[in-house]
Amino acid sequence: MLRVEAINSGYGNAQVLRDVSLDVAAGEILCLMGRNGAGKTTAMKTIMGLLPLMSGRITLDGQDVGRLPAHEVARAGIGYIPQGRRLFTELTVAQNLEIGLMTRKSGPHVRTRVLELFPRLSERLNQRAETLSGGEQQMLATARALCIEPKVLILDEPTEGLQPSMIEAIRDVVVRLRNEGVAILLVEQRVDAVLALADRVAFLENGILAETVTPERMRTDAALLKRYLGV
Amino acid sequence: MSRAVALHLGLIAALFAAQFVLPTYHQGNVARIMVLATYAIGYNVLFGYTGLLSLGHAMFFAAGLYGLALPIQHLGWGAGPALLSGVAAGALLALVVGLLALRTIGVAFMIVTLMFSQAFYLSVLLAGTWTRGDEGFVIPAAKQVLFGIDLATPTTRYFAALALFSLALLATLALVRHPFGKTLIAIRENEERARMLGYDTFRHKLGAVVISGAISAGAGAGFALLFGYAGATFASVQYSIFPLLWVLLGGAGTVIGPLIGTLFIFYLIDYASGLTDAYMAVVGVVLVALTLFAPQGIAGELRRRVWKGLP
Repeated sequence: MLRVEAINSGYGNAQVLRDVSLDVAAGEILCLMGRNGAGKTTAMKTIMGLLPLMSGRITLDGQDVGRLPAHEVARAGIGYIPQGRRLFTELTVAQNLEIGLMTRKSGPHVRTRVLELFPRLSERLNQRAETLSGGEQQMLATARALCIEPKVLILDEPTEGLQPSMIEAIRDVVVRLRNEGVAILLVEQRVDAVLALADRVAFLENGILAETVTPERMRTDAALLKRYLGV
Repeated sequence: MSRAVALHLGLIAALFAAQFVLPTYHQGNVARIMVLATYAIGYNVLFGYTGLLSLGHAMFFAAGLYGLALPIQHLGWGAGPALLSGVAAGALLALVVGLLALRTIGVAFMIVTLMFSQAFYLSVLLAGTWTRGDEGFVIPAAKQVLFGIDLATPTTRYFAALALFSLALLATLALVRHPFGKTLIAIRENEERARMLGYDTFRHKLGAVVISGAISAGAGAGFALLFGYAGATFASVQYSIFPLLWVLLGGAGTVIGPLIGTLFIFYLIDYASGLTDAYMAVVGVVLVALTLFAPQGIAGELRRRVWKGLP
């Protein structure tokens, strides 16, 4: 589904990622782990077209998306939910969703489906986004990204700073989407979350993709976490 | 018909009725205010709904003014085609300025638009042979005729100003309810998010600049036609600041805000100058107080306290 081949990128002259390759299949959750500054967010921004590609290739279902402008990457079917949620705070829940639906002129069934995934949002449709709780904001950010019916969903620490019941709700949706065939690239710092969700785990270290392992291997090999995360 | 449409049609009806009760002096004032409010409406599309603060809108207003006045004066055009050329001049200028200025954001965008506007102002002075610079020129009354109607009488001038204002008001109301306008609001709230949802934000912003420039130019052309004068003062930096003030006080990002702001400041100056020679001091104090106690502007406060759905 999403294939990243030997990409190099960074900010201006400061190169961050060096020859990073990874791929996420439909119906799979790939977790990206690494210390602060390892290049996780840079990798996601590069995939989304927010940072220019120095070299390498990014394809979605074989279509080259590596050099498209950012808005066309999203249109091609990659949904991105950045860290810290970022809603249209002055607009209502319904308006936030509407902006998402308009991009690909998605029909009302998409809205129904999204609200069915997050029933709490249907109770808050006319509330301004800034008045939602942290967990509800994350739900709205996720729901809005789903409005474009992405084939690939990229999430940057979606459960950071949320209460346990909310974490549970968001996780359930991520798993459900995976089971429906969405390819999911998840950046996560918490080991327990990764072990519970991931099909495969990729470790980034200083901008280099060091190793990709199964969660079983992670569970048994304590040296792995020590080496890449320092825990 | 929704409440929003009813409110705006009601406002137009009230302005229509006002013509029959207002004394001549105020009738002239309100006609002027409606044309200037049209300018503010144009400014509001870019500032209030798209979140781009321009300090150079006088060039669009003046492009409309001269786009109408120069062909009338030098080519002998009639008012109809000259009105169209005024709006077209503003839209074209906005397209060119937008393509260049939108490469910048924030403070840089303010400076770049200010610079373009100053360059435009100086060009008007340099082309003094045709524009007569600061002194300007008068459009002959014989040319102030549109569709056989003489626009130089107080009553026809009032109704022509109302027609221009209504057109701009209803056009923006339609714009903000249209997907394009909603996307502009999303860009104002968070541009990068809008991009990540698949919107080409540059093209949307460019569209906003052109619409804003065209409406501002329409106001400039209307001003020259109805009041029969074109001069370089209208291209000066002062005329870039006015719409910002009107929109801020009236309520940025509301459809009726520009009219409220223009009406308020016009009559504030009018009233204060009757009280004292230092009328700008009075105006200044009121502006400071409004900024402190109603930072969203008058219509913005209404939206906050009375009706949350005010478009």
